[in-house]
Amino acid sequence: MIKVVFFAALREQLNCAELELSAGENTDSIAKVKQLLVEQNPQWQDTFSNASLLSAVNHEMVDGSHPVKAGDEVAFFPPVTGG
Amino acid sequence: MSISIQTQDFNLADEVAYLEQDNAGNGAVVTFTGRVRDNNLGLKVSGLYLEHYPGMTEKSLEKILETANSRWDIGRIRVIHRIGQLNLGEQIVFVGVTSKHRQDAFAAAEFIMDYLKVQAPFWKKELTEAGEKWLDARHSDTAKAQQWD
Repeated sequence: MIKVVFFAALREQLNCAELELSAGENTDSIAKVKQLLVEQNPQWQDTFSNASLLSAVNHEMVDGSHPVKAGDEVAFFPPVTGG
Repeated sequence: MSISIQTQDFNLADEVAYLEQDNAGNGAVVTFTGRVRDNNLGLKVSGLYLEHYPGMTEKSLEKILETANSRWDIGRIRVIHRIGQLNLGEQIVFVGVTSKHRQDAFAAAEFIMDYLKVQAPFWKKELTEAGEKWLDARHSDTAKAQQWD
């Protein structure tokens, strides 16, 4: 399984804090995970097409081509605004 | 090197004491405190809500502090970031750096704040007279952090 978590404004827009996906060929990169999430939730299309959306795998910021495997924690969130 | 993510407030004197105790080798102590401001982008602000990504926050801050350590000759570092509901004037963030000389301490403290603002997974929601609003990232913050590249 792959754990997917969402934060801040993104979590509120999707009305979802986390979900799980079965790991496989259709989830082996960040871009594919995004694609699968939108296929499963067509109403998320607009939110996920936002180019400024950031992603992390196992707590490290990564880009769309980064590999994803079973047991990984994938996070999606808006640009950060702390400090 | 010490990092705390916490809901409770912090005491500046205690933090400076931590930085200075048994540390006579470092004559320079630079600290920065960020507080909740009563206005932003022309709107009155009544408070903030701060969210973070537990686990990733600590990891990303450690990385930022390690980078600072490798770039400047610095001694002790202390970073505190609060989360949850914060009222006007309350302290949000603290960065303290010690060094033998002030230049390194000033530069490292500014680098840590600049990187924290674009790399550490914290998000601010403002409570304003026009309602609640998640803050958008600012291009100026990204540009400021890139100056260190």
